[in-house]
Amino acid sequence: MKAYRVLIAKPGLDGHDRGAKVIARALRDAGFEVIYTGIRRTPDEIAASALQEDVAAVGLSSMSGAHMRLFPAVLEALRKAGVEDIPVLGGGVIPEEDILLLQEDGIASVFTPGTPIATIIEAFTDACQKQHQARNR
Amino acid sequence: MGQEYQDKLGFPGRYPYTRGVQPTMYRGRLWTMRQYAGFSSAAASNERYRYLLEQGQTGLSVAFDLPTQIGYDSDDSMSLGEVGKVGVAIDTLADMEILFDQIPLDKISTSMTINSPAMVLLAMYIVVAEKQGVSAEQIMGTIQNDILKEYVARGTYIFPPRPSLRLITNIFQWCSANAPKFNTISISGYHIREAGSTAAQEVAFTLANGLTYVQTALDAGLALDDFAPRLAFFFNASSNLLEEVAKFRAARRLWAKLMKERFQAKNPATMMLRFHTQTAGSSLTAQQVDNNIVRVTLQALAAVLGGTQSLHTNSRDEALSLPTEESVRTALRTQQVIAHESGVADTVDPLAGSWYVEQLTDAVEQEALELINRVDEFGGVVACIENGFIAGQIEDAAYQYQQEVESKERLIVGVNAFQTEKETSVPCCGLIQQWRISRYKRWHGSRLSVIRRRYGDALPP
Repeated sequence: MKAYRVLIAKPGLDGHDRGAKVIARALRDAGFEVIYTGIRRTPDEIAASALQEDVAAVGLSSMSGAHMRLFPAVLEALRKAGVEDIPVLGGGVIPEEDILLLQEDGIASVFTPGTPIATIIEAFTDACQKQHQARNR
Repeated sequence: MGQEYQDKLGFPGRYPYTRGVQPTMYRGRLWTMRQYAGFSSAAASNERYRYLLEQGQTGLSVAFDLPTQIGYDSDDSMSLGEVGKVGVAIDTLADMEILFDQIPLDKISTSMTINSPAMVLLAMYIVVAEKQGVSAEQIMGTIQNDILKEYVARGTYIFPPRPSLRLITNIFQWCSANAPKFNTISISGYHIREAGSTAAQEVAFTLANGLTYVQTALDAGLALDDFAPRLAFFFNASSNLLEEVAKFRAARRLWAKLMKERFQAKNPATMMLRFHTQTAGSSLTAQQVDNNIVRVTLQALAAVLGGTQSLHTNSRDEALSLPTEESVRTALRTQQVIAHESGVADTVDPLAGSWYVEQLTDAVEQEALELINRVDEFGGVVACIENGFIAGQIEDAAYQYQQEVESKERLIVGVNAFQTEKETSVPCCGLIQQWRISRYKRWHGSRLSVIRRRYGDALPP
């Protein structure tokens, strides 16, 4: 498998990054190259990192209920940076009705607590492959 | 009565306080049932607090939103999406006046979960009290004010560790002279455990933080018995019932010994570890949410068998969203059933003398002490924040836990075992639903059609 590079990011002010760090390690152990932004990143900072690091996917984590504002804001920042083809996945305490709205906005996958790591790795692999194929068509 | 009993356990209310900090524990008075809450605006929170007080609650526990906790105004670009989310937004003294409007601050104790800007919020609280004609000497309550765990677990730090410690010491100093009824810190293992630590690590890093605050205050010239009796602790209650009971007992004994042996404490109150407990939020599952009521019951029972002074029980739906009113009520009822129906409050430290529990208590204490000594060898807590030792230990434990879940070495009912095909959805109570809909309307005004499809005619005009 190609070693895809991905960005794990914490938008907003939420400091609960257990999930983000566990996912970062699990992706690393699955063969991904993982960059973790640390906490309290703005959408523009996340988009700049995604662009500069040339990642194949971005994973967002928020536990504070700010996902409805912040996840779409990251999509917008990626558009502004000219890299709207980088898929964005998200996780956190996200109610069912929000998942639908986030997916309509363009978030590729949304994960709630208890999702098996294997499912998340599969979703990242899938998203990275699609992005890779689209860019190299 | 053997010598070993005297040394390792002692009578309840006596050194080393293994069996509890009071001689009669809940036979004298039940633990305080203190539920943490905060709403979007100061006015909405004030309304809820006054309702709770009318219902007979005697203490408040204020949740602030993240911008308030990290020192941003609501209109700062960093506050995007976070305003009023995990608690109430306080930008100015006027907000604080609204928050405590018509609440008599000489009669009500207020616990505030605030750390980096604790001195600002405490100053505002004192000014609001003064405007009510209440002096600082009369105010009662607690500020969390525990910065050290923010760097390794919770994340709401503003300044680096060393200047932050000085601010904390200044608060100790000012309050011991001017606001003697106020608890100036709540040294928190809760968030360390939520970040993934083991039970022994929770005790070790929390007590290591406590020792650091004590040493810093002593270095600043404060007298031990002036500030140490007002140190309070805050622990997590997870689902492993007997290990958790052992953890609380071990923490009490180890703190008493450390205060006596390292600082030559003489005043019993200086050696007593008093603590608040909250059930483990990270143990709640989004799958089969009703199972969470059972988890919270076990966790709350552990806290009570472990001798907690106050308790917050989580609601069953918190892995999905903010809890509904009905879920919050069930969480409180869980404490009331334990208090009034289970019989466990009729005696003191009921698990004492169980070979297994005593052995576990010794084991947790031993492991925690070894870790505290390791932190000391590495130059103390601040050095271990800067070099990443503490955060690394917690992250390793969190990853190991997750790997055990993935491999099914550790079974989580409804998650990696005993799954059901069809999940029953959580009914959404009217108030919360309306609140959520109003949020959608604000954020998705241009896409009302999506919301109408979700909610149909339930959508208010």
